[in-house]
Amino acid sequence: MNAEAAKGLSELLEQVTGFIYPNEIEMHWGILVVVYPYVTGVVAGAFILASMVKVFNVREVQPTYRLALLTALSFLLIAPLPLLLHLGHPLRSYEIFLTPNLQSAMAMFGFVYAWYLMGVLLLEIWFEYRGDLIRMARQERPPMRWIHRALSLFSTDVSEAAATFDKKAIKAITIIGIPSAFLLHGYVGFIFGSVKANPWWSSVLMPIVFLMSAIVSGIALVVFLYMVVTALRREPIDMRCLDTITSYLFYAVIVDFSLEALDFIHRLYQSEESVKILGKLITGKLFMSLFVLQILLGMFIPLAILVLAKMRGFNDDLRKLLYFIAVILIQVGIFSTRWNVVIGGQLFSKSFRGLMGYKMEVMGIEGLLAAVVLLAMPFVILAVLMRVLPTKRLDEQAGGPVMAGVRPVRPEA
Amino acid sequence: MNKRDFLKGLILFFPAGGLLDALAKEAGGAEKGAGADAAYDPAKHYYGMGIEIDKCIGCNRCVEACKTENNVPKEPFFFRTWVERYRVSRDGEATVESISVPGRGTREAPEDARETLRSFFVPKLCNQCAHPPCVQVCPVGATFSTADGVVLVDDKRCIGCRYCIQACPYSARYLNPHTKTADKCNFCYHRITKGLLPACVEVCPTQARVFGDLKSKASRLVRFRRMNKIHVLKPGLNTEPKVYYAQLDGEVR
Repeated sequence: MNAEAAKGLSELLEQVTGFIYPNEIEMHWGILVVVYPYVTGVVAGAFILASMVKVFNVREVQPTYRLALLTALSFLLIAPLPLLLHLGHPLRSYEIFLTPNLQSAMAMFGFVYAWYLMGVLLLEIWFEYRGDLIRMARQERPPMRWIHRALSLFSTDVSEAAATFDKKAIKAITIIGIPSAFLLHGYVGFIFGSVKANPWWSSVLMPIVFLMSAIVSGIALVVFLYMVVTALRREPIDMRCLDTITSYLFYAVIVDFSLEALDFIHRLYQSEESVKILGKLITGKLFMSLFVLQILLGMFIPLAILVLAKMRGFNDDLRKLLYFIAVILIQVGIFSTRWNVVIGGQLFSKSFRGLMGYKMEVMGIEGLLAAVVLLAMPFVILAVLMRVLPTKRLDEQAGGPVMAGVRPVRPEA
Repeated sequence: MNKRDFLKGLILFFPAGGLLDALAKEAGGAEKGAGADAAYDPAKHYYGMGIEIDKCIGCNRCVEACKTENNVPKEPFFFRTWVERYRVSRDGEATVESISVPGRGTREAPEDARETLRSFFVPKLCNQCAHPPCVQVCPVGATFSTADGVVLVDDKRCIGCRYCIQACPYSARYLNPHTKTADKCNFCYHRITKGLLPACVEVCPTQARVFGDLKSKASRLVRFRRMNKIHVLKPGLNTEPKVYYAQLDGEVR
């Protein structure tokens, strides 16, 4: 072990209060494992928002449909990276596919991920864009012409019958996709919720709490992106769309909060062996990230803002501003939720007699910088995707050149 | 030599010869077992360990022997086995320290205003659970239960995801900073399959640690389990540990 790492662990030893088992000084799942559930949560949430249009026929949400799909795709492409970087032996990661232990919740990651990427998301996006890709390719010059032809997998059929089939296929995929999105993120919750050794994680509600917070973060992020993208394009925002989505967001936050409150009250009321140390944990090391960031800033204030925006007859601009603040706060809140689960669960000893510290490195492979880069990457991917795949249907783009609505977008990372 | 002496000699000679022959066979067999691992049949053994709390004097020799025998990193953050010291005061509050971490607890009795009600040492190690959560969660099957009841880690296959470390209720696992793979006590598997004792048991000056084969009626462990009231750590988690503690205090988790 190198001297620097030893020194780092020695410093952590100073932060220990009470008794911990000696092997517990090292924090095993750091910031990257916080990023991972946050990213998959956005995927699941964005997809579920997209499904609103296709399965539940919520027409108002249509303007965000393609944006939501592309958001889901760009985050899904990044999702395995934090896990890969965090492995002790990344080059052996293929073992998960080759010799999976079928009893292991984590072994299912590769299969759930592959299914969701290839069985659901890419397929739905392809059917959604196929007709447009063919039509765009016909009017373009190389190299975009080649790119779009290749992306349409060289299909050429733009007949009415083909378009009808596309629609049917999308509906079928969405219907399969919703439980798949639930699986993708509920399963991440199960990875934590099934660890009986850890009372902070071990909860049957964990997959459902993960799922609801995923829906919250996904919807909020799509709202954020929709507002940024329309602003960059200097287009008017569809306020009916925004009002409808934020209503869903409001209910999702309420359900998410209720579930987390239930979990909290349940633990407090049952008052098991671990209750004392968990009490010390949340009133001490987790106070800022749990009560201030997650609950106050990430839930109560956005809820109040949303209520305010709905109840009072504010004009469009003020509502936009309120919504925008609310969705940013919600992102902060959901990221804190992930932090509190992943890091919080490793800050107390399994002897229930002491608390440990966590010192995040900045530069290292599992450091803050890596996490920021990983969180920025989906936005870069999204910007590229939006250049190739317009977020508006061709028949929606009134007049002008075909690609008018697809100016380069550089959302803030 | 008269007839009587001759017959007496015969009576001694034949049983003695038979005994010597049997002993020679045993010795040869043992040596063969030691020389070739192929002769070792895991299905014929089921290992466990007994720990007699009252015999542990907190000398830490087991910890040192283990680190030396198994190339455990010397830094005080990585242990396959360690020793905890418990002090229960008159008001019922327990103070726990790990005497294996330098500076985090000493072997000398600390100054304390409160009167100590009872105090004792508890050696800890991997419990080699019969129902191990670490084996259940390992995504690639790098950690597994053997037929002889030991939980092993294959460091050629471990991907270093550390789910097993999270899943172990006893925090008996650590990530080896050199191999970047999970590591923990394996009862000195390289020794016990040759008929030797684990290093910690070998060096314990008070025989607080008892190693044995639960399938052998003559094993010390079976006798230990017969002679003592036995308890295991965190039985509520249904991990079915095979490290059995005698005189275990309720404060120990």
